Amino acid sequence: MDHISPVIWQFLVKWMTNFALFPPEASKIAPQMDALLFFMVLVSLIGLTIVVLLVTSFCILYSKERHPVAVQIEGSTLLEATWTIIPLGLFLVMFVWGALIYFRVYTPPANAMNIYVVGKQWMWKAEHPGGQHEINSLHIPIGKPIQLTLISQDVFHSFSIPAFRVKREAIPGRYTSVWFEATQTGTFHLFCTQYCGTNHSQMIGDIVVLTPDDYKKWLAESTSGMSLAQNGERLFASLSCAACHNTRPDARGPSLANVYGSKLALSSGGTVLADDAYLRESILNPSQHITQGYAPIMPTYQGQVSEEGVIALVEYIKNLNSDYRIQQITNTTDMLPEGEGKAAPAASGTAGPKAAPPGTAPQGMVKP
Amino acid sequence: MSATIVSLPDQSTARIPKVNFLTKENGLLSWLLTGDHKRIAVLYLISLTFFFFIGGALAGLIRLELLTPQTDLMATDTYNKVFTMHGVIMVFFFLVPSVPATLGNFLIPLMLGAKDLALPKVNLLSWYLYVAGGILAIYTMATGGVDTGWTFTTPLSTHYVNTNVLTTGLAVFIAGFSSIFTGLNFIVTIHKMRCPGMTWFRMPLFVWAHYAASILMVLGTPVVAIAIVLVALERTIGIGVFDPTKGGDPLLFQHLFWFYSHPAVYIMILPGMGVISETISTFSRKRVFGYTAVAFSSVAIAVFGFFVWAHHMFIMGISNYAVLVFSLLTMLVAVPSAIKIFNWTFTLYKGSITFETPMLYTFGFMGLFTIGGLTGVFLGTSGTDIHLTETYFIVAHFHFVMVGGMLMAFLAGIHFWWPKMTGRMYPEKISQLAAVVTFIGFNFTFFPQFILGTLGMPRRYASYPPEFQVLNVFSTAGATILGVGYLLPILYLTWSLKYGEIAGNNPWQATGLEWQTQSPPLTENFLVTPIMDHEAYDYEWLENQKEKEVASVG
Amino acid sequence: MSDSTAIAHSPHDAPEHGHEEHPAYLRHHFENVEQQADAAGFAMWLFLLTEVMFFGGLFTAYLIYRNWYYPAFVAASHQLDIFWGTLNTLLLISSSFTMAMGVWCAETRKKQGLVLCLVLTFILGIGFLGIKTIEYKEKIEKHHVPGFHYSLNSFLNPDTDEAAVKAGDKPLPLDMARHTEVYFSLYFAMTGMHALHMIIGIAILGFMIFRAQAGAYTAGHVTFVENFGLYWHFVDIVWIFLFPLLYLISRHANT
Repeated sequence: MDHISPVIWQFLVKWMTNFALFPPEASKIAPQMDALLFFMVLVSLIGLTIVVLLVTSFCILYSKERHPVAVQIEGSTLLEATWTIIPLGLFLVMFVWGALIYFRVYTPPANAMNIYVVGKQWMWKAEHPGGQHEINSLHIPIGKPIQLTLISQDVFHSFSIPAFRVKREAIPGRYTSVWFEATQTGTFHLFCTQYCGTNHSQMIGDIVVLTPDDYKKWLAESTSGMSLAQNGERLFASLSCAACHNTRPDARGPSLANVYGSKLALSSGGTVLADDAYLRESILNPSQHITQGYAPIMPTYQGQVSEEGVIALVEYIKNLNSDYRIQQITNTTDMLPEGEGKAAPAASGTAGPKAAPPGTAPQGMVKP
Repeated sequence: MSATIVSLPDQSTARIPKVNFLTKENGLLSWLLTGDHKRIAVLYLISLTFFFFIGGALAGLIRLELLTPQTDLMATDTYNKVFTMHGVIMVFFFLVPSVPATLGNFLIPLMLGAKDLALPKVNLLSWYLYVAGGILAIYTMATGGVDTGWTFTTPLSTHYVNTNVLTTGLAVFIAGFSSIFTGLNFIVTIHKMRCPGMTWFRMPLFVWAHYAASILMVLGTPVVAIAIVLVALERTIGIGVFDPTKGGDPLLFQHLFWFYSHPAVYIMILPGMGVISETISTFSRKRVFGYTAVAFSSVAIAVFGFFVWAHHMFIMGISNYAVLVFSLLTMLVAVPSAIKIFNWTFTLYKGSITFETPMLYTFGFMGLFTIGGLTGVFLGTSGTDIHLTETYFIVAHFHFVMVGGMLMAFLAGIHFWWPKMTGRMYPEKISQLAAVVTFIGFNFTFFPQFILGTLGMPRRYASYPPEFQVLNVFSTAGATILGVGYLLPILYLTWSLKYGEIAGNNPWQATGLEWQTQSPPLTENFLVTPIMDHEAYDYEWLENQKEKEVASVG
Repeated sequence: MSDSTAIAHSPHDAPEHGHEEHPAYLRHHFENVEQQADAAGFAMWLFLLTEVMFFGGLFTAYLIYRNWYYPAFVAASHQLDIFWGTLNTLLLISSSFTMAMGVWCAETRKKQGLVLCLVLTFILGIGFLGIKTIEYKEKIEKHHVPGFHYSLNSFLNPDTDEAAVKAGDKPLPLDMARHTEVYFSLYFAMTGMHALHMIIGIAILGFMIFRAQAGAYTAGHVTFVENFGLYWHFVDIVWIFLFPLLYLISRHANT
């Protein structure tokens, strides 16, 4: 390569990267998806070539000058079967392969670090568990599985990171999620890909993938002091949730410690997995999600708490599972400079009734 | 390429027949109150061309804006309105009615040996509804436009825009009834008015394709009608059907919308495929290979087409298992289209091929539809859809199948049946040039968009990161060429109305009952009801006809 | 090649058009009256199929939301008066009977019978719409119209509401009470669409009464009456589905 002039080489590299057909492969799933895409391109090229070759050669061999009299042919069941079964077989291979990738992208691993993202016209707001807030950007560490829990405050948006090959709709009214693990440091495009009004094309940003050290530095610089869970704890108190949700024997509501991730028996008879969506729904539409053995007296908080507030509450309740919370904090605090963020876990394990004195009816409660 | 099958009467003595459907009655009212399916087809052709050029102008504006990464040509809001109106007009006022309302209306009774469609007054009503919807659409544009995207997704369209959603919704609602009545007319005609001897399997494949499309029109369109009604109610009086704060589900709108809009794309393509069957047979002088397979494939596409709508919603948070089901069904619906492509290819085998303009458009269709259809499989595969959906890959995919496929088939059909409709031939050389120009322009315009899509450029973006500019410039350059390719037919077809060669009954020496009567046809099509005593695409029967004639004249 | 003279002849060769060969109402593109009637009937059935798809969208929405918000649907449904609903059902079924009788009269060429049956159907239809107006008025007064000062009072405090007391309803929690608005959205959309189809039908009935009086349908050409009958029966059947789905959710013997 020494005999290629450095200028030409530079130009070639620039041309290749400028004319790349694919974005950089910056996540674990990207090469897997590219492999399938490449397979599909190959199959399509071969299919197209076959059709084009057949058509061209027939046109040459059987043009009117060369072949003045057409031979009437009814058909051929064998050929019909061939060009039914082979395409079907190829499409089914693509279906299975694609389904595997699809499930992989939308099934986060248990140890993924969760970041909440709220989309609104026309910006993305990311909320890290440690309390860091970002607008139109997302700082993440390389090599760690990250789950995004998305929701929209108004219309449909779609969170897209082409370099990671992931995309997920942010829907008003419920959570959606996607996960990825970055394999390259650098800055990559973040796009909103669901038309959402006037500034849809300005709803773009940067995904910044950092080395673990840089990430720790960033966390330290951008923390507001209160983690999401701490914020949630504050809200839990100010909304007087603990008036019912405590560990006393005569409590009117179930204790929320360890509830996240468990299977709950509902009063309507079914069982449900208590995930993020369930927790959110229980806050906003509680009457359909009453745990068995409790009266349907929980009031709704729809209109009293914003989506970000709900996220904080959900994050708080999630961390009332002591094992999970310790692991969560370990994930985050391992990356923090020494000494920071370790104070919070001291209050873990019990849903301490902090603010509301017993007997005070919480806001909005309906008299039974 | 000098060989041709065109066989015209002696131009020095030939005349357009004095009595035909165009000359039978005169005056504006005789056109506006006609029941004649052929006149209604001509009315549709004129209005469709009008809307096509409006939609095309809007496309030109889009491509001009996208020459540069910034929004410098127009405000972002304006751009949003431009692409919305481009979609609404092209989908509802051009593509859905194009082949059925012009060629289908004109030819189905002729091909079946009938004197008219079953319900001529309903046919005329259909055109008036189309025009009413179209006028409303223009009114919408003139009074500020609408910027929800042609898919008018809730809650954006119900609560977050203050543009003309209601008038556009009404325009589409009315145009939908136009479509339903056309489809209804076709189904009744095909069932009840075939001439003696015309069994189902002696019908031209053009009719089969329209039958399948009509089933979709009749069963699918009412669902989008109700979706529009619900959006209108939600927007005006705030019923909470799609509003999560009131317990509604915005995703329900998407299910209702795509339940129609997916079959809609088959409504758009199936009639085009019907045209291809006719042209490829005529220009190879052969019966279509595997007639039965092609006929059943049309119906299979229609039936399967009803069960795949949620492949437009793979990343919307529907359950993973629903995704599996819809992805699998999407793979199944792709197969009949593949079958057709191969059947058409093998129609060429041992044929006697010539390359007149309709055949050039046919080849364009086959290549471009194959690419478009295959990229549809990329999208129907759930895993890859995650990366490709909502990007320019989707835009490229649907333009390949709709413009590279459907529009090319439409032009093939217009050229093929132009002599039958007008009695005159179009000028061959310039039309072949236009076909080639269109093909080149099309590829330059839309192929770069596949790459833009895999690179991640989102759709419906007025501005974009600068690294996407080169491909966008390519695309706009191609669009200029494409525009020329579409402008040329308007010019030379209009020219041919006065100066084109007299065509005679059967310039292509094609089979099919429509070619056994004069050009242009009489108002009542046939004076004596024909009797279909041979199979479709029976070139041997045609030879016998010619011999009998020569024998009697001699 | 000379102009093919295959099938098209100059119109001067055509036989003179003799009206004694076929009735005046036979349109020229049909071979005979049977084909015309056949085609018209088939077309009407197809059109009704499109109407099924149209209402089908609303029924789908109903299905989903009733599944999700069953208690709200129960409470909201109890706000409808069964008396009026049942009366309306009886009126409509009777009108279908009179319509069917009308078709029979047309087929057996009984002009006065046909006119009478059409008038009865008309009156029953107007009666249905009248009762619907009473019901809608009541809903407006109780602020149960979504989007127009919708009130949750009847559901939060059922002891203040006559209909809820009669049904023995318990108060709903606030979030579930909010979902009653979805029920009423569907109620107005579905019954509104149905009423619109009734109004169109009644208008056509009015037109038909005049034409029937002039003898248009009792001279052998019954297609119009038959096909309208099909339309009317369809509108009736839609109501037969709407009535239990909207009025009869979880009604018990003590109400």
